[in-house]
Amino acid sequence: MIDLQHVSKRYGGGRKATPVLALDDLCLSVPAGTLYGLLGPNGAGKTTALRILCTLLAPDAGTVRLGGMDALADPRAARRLLGYVAQEVAIDKILTGRELLRLQGDLYHLRPADRQGRIGELIELLSMHDWIDRRCGTYSGGMRRRLDLAAGLLHRPRLLVLDEPTVGLDLESRAAIWTVLRQLRDQGTTVLLSSHYLEEVDALADRLAILEGGRVIAEGTPAELKAALGGDRVTLRVREFSDAQEAGRVRELVLACDGVRQVVVNRAQGYSLNLVVDNEAVVERLRGQLAQAQLPVFALAQSRPSLDDVYLQATGRTLMDAELAVAGQRDAKAERKQAMR
Amino acid sequence: MTSANPSLVAPSPAGSAGPAFAEIRQETLALTRRLFVQLARRPSTLVAGVLQPLIWLVLFGALFANAPTGLLPDGMSYGRFLGAGVIVFTAFSGALNAGLPVMFDREFGFLNRLLVAPLRSRSSIVLASVLYITSISLIQSLAILLTAALLGYGWPGGAGLLLTLVTLLLLTFAVTALSLGLAFALPGHIELIAVIFVANLPLLFASTALAPISFMPPWLGWLAALNPLTFAIEPIRAAYAGPFRLTDVVLNAPYGSLTAAACLGILAALALGLFLAIRPLLDRKLS
Repeated sequence: MIDLQHVSKRYGGGRKATPVLALDDLCLSVPAGTLYGLLGPNGAGKTTALRILCTLLAPDAGTVRLGGMDALADPRAARRLLGYVAQEVAIDKILTGRELLRLQGDLYHLRPADRQGRIGELIELLSMHDWIDRRCGTYSGGMRRRLDLAAGLLHRPRLLVLDEPTVGLDLESRAAIWTVLRQLRDQGTTVLLSSHYLEEVDALADRLAILEGGRVIAEGTPAELKAALGGDRVTLRVREFSDAQEAGRVRELVLACDGVRQVVVNRAQGYSLNLVVDNEAVVERLRGQLAQAQLPVFALAQSRPSLDDVYLQATGRTLMDAELAVAGQRDAKAERKQAMR
Repeated sequence: MTSANPSLVAPSPAGSAGPAFAEIRQETLALTRRLFVQLARRPSTLVAGVLQPLIWLVLFGALFANAPTGLLPDGMSYGRFLGAGVIVFTAFSGALNAGLPVMFDREFGFLNRLLVAPLRSRSSIVLASVLYITSISLIQSLAILLTAALLGYGWPGGAGLLLTLVTLLLLTFAVTALSLGLAFALPGHIELIAVIFVANLPLLFASTALAPISFMPPWLGWLAALNPLTFAIEPIRAAYAGPFRLTDVVLNAPYGSLTAAACLGILAALALGLFLAIRPLLDRKLS
């Protein structure tokens, strides 16, 4: 349904700004009928990729095919095919929700009779009766996002693209949106969403791609990606707060243990140790070794690998660290300019 | 909310290509309707747009009521002289604001919603603004025409009214094009408002809205004779003065005499030129 090949996009490069390479030879292929997640920290290029996909932005290089069509050559056909729910909810505060949907229907050239019925269906689907005739300016974040989702679905697109659809939402709205997205997928719509919530992509997506620095660094089903890592994750603390010296000593001891593949001292977590081990049996062996060395065990937690571990493996840092690293570098003004036409 | 909904996805995509004209009409009317709904719920700009010229009319009319007779050509009263100027100024400042809604749509991302939609022609976005501003300008101008008549400043006859409307339309088109161009060229609404603010009053004072060219120092006379507002004001003033022909000379500029038809021609050329001038900009921003 979606096929991006070797797509690059560079921003800026004017007098003042140094150019930013937002997408670097990005290749992405989304099979029809899947719920596909695009995971990555802020600044990884998710929004840029989606904006290119939705014909809002022209790539510097590469091809964009949607449903077998060349979206760059025939953007109007591409636009008819897809529904787009942007990250910054763009609604007209003065209009009511119903009026906004009517406007949207006219922009997609729905027949008036069809439009009315369709608006009714979506009001039902997204439980909007109570407030759909109030002005959008009075809506909460969750209401706006639901209205925006309805607007994106109005023309029954075969492809729905959502940019961080649940960021900053209350749990109820989030769950409601998840349910609708699953339902759409079950009825054959291809759904592509970006997110920087690991749990969201893990819970929702059939397949996912992890983006970093404008390229895909890992792709597959969540289960595949985690299985490919192999091993179990173990977090070990001998005391609630250790020091560097003790952590170093424990590390030596643990590394010597059979079946332990990797040990990282996590300073930020009070010198706890993050281990990758072959299987559960190793955990028991570890307990024995620690007892023998007369070391206490404050906590010993074992888990299957998560998507965060996938990310860690591919980039050498956790998703949260990546978020923190870019948090200070973002330039809100420059970003708004990119989004402005 | 999660009840089974069989019709979430239809086998055939809705909105399959209809005739181009019908689609352009549908999208343009929907966008125009949106602007009018906004106006109906926030009428302050319309009210201010009518009130301001009325205040000009009353205050300036009173200020110069005792101007010596013979100051104005053909012994015209100042109120009658002023009417045409205020009507044109109203249409002008209204059209100058045409770009503001577009600028806000750019800033708030609403324009992106329009650009993701499969619009048959993106000119619909511009066309909707032109339709909206033109209607507003005409409504405001009619309000001024009526008030001027009530104040005893006269009423142009049937042909005069037609000439007035045509003149106002041409001026509105030209200035709307300019404003829409600015709305896409400038970085934000602060800058747009600044340009509107700076352009507005000087263009009024450097025109024949408030005084005839014969009353001005030569340099200002030249400016006024080149000011597009003057080309709109003088034909309307002639319509107010009584029966007229398009071939009558309505403006005695330092560079020569212009007939009403010449003034209209200049306005039409200006409107056309500005629309052609902003075309590349709109194409670039909207494609």
